Amino acid sequence: MSEKLFQIIKKACESCGNDRARLMDIVIAVQKNCGAVTIDAMELIAKQVKVQRVDVESVVSFYSFLSKEEKGKIVIRICNDVVDLMKGADNIAKAFSETLGIKVGQTSADGTISLEYTPCIGLSDQAPAILVNEVAITNLSVDKAKSISKALLSGASPESLTKEFGDGNNSDELVRSMVKNNIVKKGSVIFVERVAEAGLKKAITLKPEDVISIIKSSKLRGRGGAGFPTGMKWEFTRAAKGNKKYVVCNADEGEPGTFKDRVLLTEKFDMLCEGMAIGGYCIGSDSGIIYLRGEYSYLKAFLENKLSKRKKASLLGKSICGKNGFNFDIRIQIGAGAYICGEETALISSCEGLRGDPKTRPPFPAQKGYLASPTTVNNVETFCSVARIIEKDAAWYSVIGTKGSTGTKILSVSGDCSKPGIYEYDFGVKVSDMLKDAGAKDTKAVLIGGPSGQLIGKKDFGRIICYDDLATGGSIVIFNSSRNILEIVKSYLEFFVEESCGYCTPCRTGNVLLLNKIEEILEGKGEPSDIKYLEDLCSTVKVTSRCGLGQTSPNPVTSSIRNFREVYEAVLKTNEDGRQPTFDIKASLEVAEALQGRKSVIY
Amino acid sequence: MEKPKVATTSLAGCFGCHMSLLDIDDRILKLIELVDFDKSPVDDIKKFTGRCAVGIVEGGCCNEENVHVLQDFRKNCDILISCGDCAIDGGIPAMRNNIPLKECFDEAYHDGPTVYNPENITPNDKELPLILNKVYPCHHVVKMDYHLPGCPPSADTLWEALVALLTNKPVDLPYELIKYD
Amino acid sequence: MDKTITFKIDGVDVKGCPGQTIMEAADKAGVYIPRLCYMKDLTPHGSCRVCTVKVDGRAQAACTQPIAEGVEVENNTDELNEKRRNIIDMFFVEGNHFCMFCEKSGNCELQAVAYRLGICAPKYPFQFPDRSLDATHPDIFIDRNRCILCGRCVNASRDVDGKSVFEFVGRGANKKIAVNSDTLAGTNMSVTDKAANVCPVGAIIKKRVGFAVPIGKRLYDTQPIGSDIEVTKS
Repeated sequence: MSEKLFQIIKKACESCGNDRARLMDIVIAVQKNCGAVTIDAMELIAKQVKVQRVDVESVVSFYSFLSKEEKGKIVIRICNDVVDLMKGADNIAKAFSETLGIKVGQTSADGTISLEYTPCIGLSDQAPAILVNEVAITNLSVDKAKSISKALLSGASPESLTKEFGDGNNSDELVRSMVKNNIVKKGSVIFVERVAEAGLKKAITLKPEDVISIIKSSKLRGRGGAGFPTGMKWEFTRAAKGNKKYVVCNADEGEPGTFKDRVLLTEKFDMLCEGMAIGGYCIGSDSGIIYLRGEYSYLKAFLENKLSKRKKASLLGKSICGKNGFNFDIRIQIGAGAYICGEETALISSCEGLRGDPKTRPPFPAQKGYLASPTTVNNVETFCSVARIIEKDAAWYSVIGTKGSTGTKILSVSGDCSKPGIYEYDFGVKVSDMLKDAGAKDTKAVLIGGPSGQLIGKKDFGRIICYDDLATGGSIVIFNSSRNILEIVKSYLEFFVEESCGYCTPCRTGNVLLLNKIEEILEGKGEPSDIKYLEDLCSTVKVTSRCGLGQTSPNPVTSSIRNFREVYEAVLKTNEDGRQPTFDIKASLEVAEALQGRKSVIY
Repeated sequence: MEKPKVATTSLAGCFGCHMSLLDIDDRILKLIELVDFDKSPVDDIKKFTGRCAVGIVEGGCCNEENVHVLQDFRKNCDILISCGDCAIDGGIPAMRNNIPLKECFDEAYHDGPTVYNPENITPNDKELPLILNKVYPCHHVVKMDYHLPGCPPSADTLWEALVALLTNKPVDLPYELIKYD
Repeated sequence: MDKTITFKIDGVDVKGCPGQTIMEAADKAGVYIPRLCYMKDLTPHGSCRVCTVKVDGRAQAACTQPIAEGVEVENNTDELNEKRRNIIDMFFVEGNHFCMFCEKSGNCELQAVAYRLGICAPKYPFQFPDRSLDATHPDIFIDRNRCILCGRCVNASRDVDGKSVFEFVGRGANKKIAVNSDTLAGTNMSVTDKAANVCPVGAIIKKRVGFAVPIGKRLYDTQPIGSDIEVTKS
């Protein structure tokens, strides 16, 4: 065991107070410094924070950005989300692979470069995109991929790949990213000019209960997708017994096709912090955590600088805005590549330095959340909305949108359209109007709410976006008539198989079985009875899964069967001879034919 | 009225399921009243002589001949039964499913502790059916109508199921007769 | 006991006390709810989902869901039993479960629940995954082919034995049980540990004691799993 490794680990652990609950920060630091968290490293970390080695291994093996085996100093992660694939991610991967001389999943012989696929990195509006370490490279082409490969091979740093900066804060010295905001439509709640901190300043003149009651009468519901009334959540958390309480912001948007939080974090971070501080005031908490997805690490330094500026301005820390006894601070917890951590109890597990397994509910986070203390977990957009609601008032807010879905909703629009980007609409916008605004032509299908939402066809384009009709956390992916629905379904199932935490049976295995069947159908080996097989399997996975991931992962299948049944029927063939179309005798004999040097005389 | 026909075969199995069939003891006389045996090791008929009501298949598919016979059974039988664990899940032969074929051959013919093979020959006569990459449960190869688990299924299980099928009653096995060992 | 909670399971009144789960109250009342990962005296894991019941129409795991006054629980319904069969089928195809040579056969809870639910063969295709063994320990071996990831050994080792010999690694279909060393022999696991005595299947097996009970006399040869619970029914 090298002294150097020991020193790195000692430093990483000590900077986290040797606190087991900060294990994520520790292993991420070790991964960054050493290119791996090896078994030796796990042993040392375990000793330092007083857990077992297998506890550390359990965490490291869970997150896709962490690895036991050494990765290259530079890791190129090619986003293989459906939208990126539509924009040519396969060719990009091929270009990297050829130029670097390694396959996807491999590390170059000299240990400098690793090439991997990664699910949606929140850049669908500028796909195809990749991450080179923490640096985001957008709008790639095959030529660009080749020149990037060559530059990296000749020793260029990932940072040097960024030639020009995006708009807004993307060009801030602490971001220096080519990512663009692409804010196409501004609404009246979030993307507005407003007096900074007006909500927070007003809130502290009121009693916490009264602030909660404003939020309740605004009828604000959670913007992550589930739509739980925010005021009620805060009321529960406030009422829960506990000396210490936490306000957690879910900035782990991982739903394929979602990127609104990326833009909110870049441009509206103060508004988010304002909302979180109001949350702290309401529930009686002095600690906030922002769980930032690992893919957005490029924003971390910028955000941390913002936090310290807020502290200096007395907008965070002790006696906020001069209000005696109102203390509230925020730390950023970075993730490491796990979609499931967007599920609020999995997110809490991750914040506690554990595998991102969802927790058993009840108890709900409001009673027993982060480190067993009452915790409210809310979406980035929800906190921003809170700041605005308190600034204006509930009456102003509740007339925006529809009766059951007040306010605005920020949509991340991508796919087959000429104006992908961010759209802030009043709730109740018609799908067809949104498509028109986005410059979508010849649209065959729209995925509302990402793969855990619904894939709808033309007959539903007159429906509206709101909690009571088409609910969405914000992901909108548009597909034109050239797209193969079954291929899309397959890709999203691959995503869920990859991202299932594996805790419960139906999600761990059911999604694999769904994917297998869809692949068989795509290969022309499907039969009419497969529809019922799929429907029964989907129902089992949805009804019996432990958390929202499994309860919604069959949605690409169920909604495509419901809305595009004809694409299934077109490829399903009745098989009269009683043989299983999925059994391939020729393929199953290949190995023996090669080994024995003769061909089958029967087949 | 002509009696319905029953055919049986053992693919990648050990004939234990057939032994269990013989274990129905004197009930075999009643069975003979109900059915005629067609292609089966019981009467050594090698080829189907006509359409069969029921085909009983023991063992999974480990080589091309197994596949061929199973497909022949599917073609000639109205109802096809996976009889015993090997037919249902591959059984003991399927333990090789995660071992490369080459390693299986080397162990069987060259490296295994009990191998005597002074000329170091890997059998490769053209009469020998080629081995499949994996052992396949029967229902992975053709559609199977019923599954009778057990290693082997007990004589009572086989009797109950056969009588039900031949008298057009539902196959509804009681707790004692569903066993996987 | 400060209070009694009354609720219904399949239309029949069941009484329990505050803090009890549906599973605990049902067991006391002599109502069997099929289950796999749950084991009395261990923290409920809630992972197998076999004990899924409907509480006022909403699917919940009976082993983790607290009882509540007046709720209507559906348990022994065609719909739920079909879903349970599907989950059991998933277990059989995601691993390599060869009962004919497994020491646990006849005493295996997975097999027993499958028997009780009348499963003759799984409806899903077998995956034949590549899983590893660990026979390094003098008294215990691990066969991951049979592991159903119920978490009993993890919880027992951590909470009862105070050793944390086991933990899960990997995620999704690649999730598996790992030990706190390179091999089981390298850990402080002992055959008398609680963790060596909780495996519902044949994944953690004590050496030299297999096949001690003849066929016909094993736990589930003649009596379905859950019969002991149903006996308490008054």
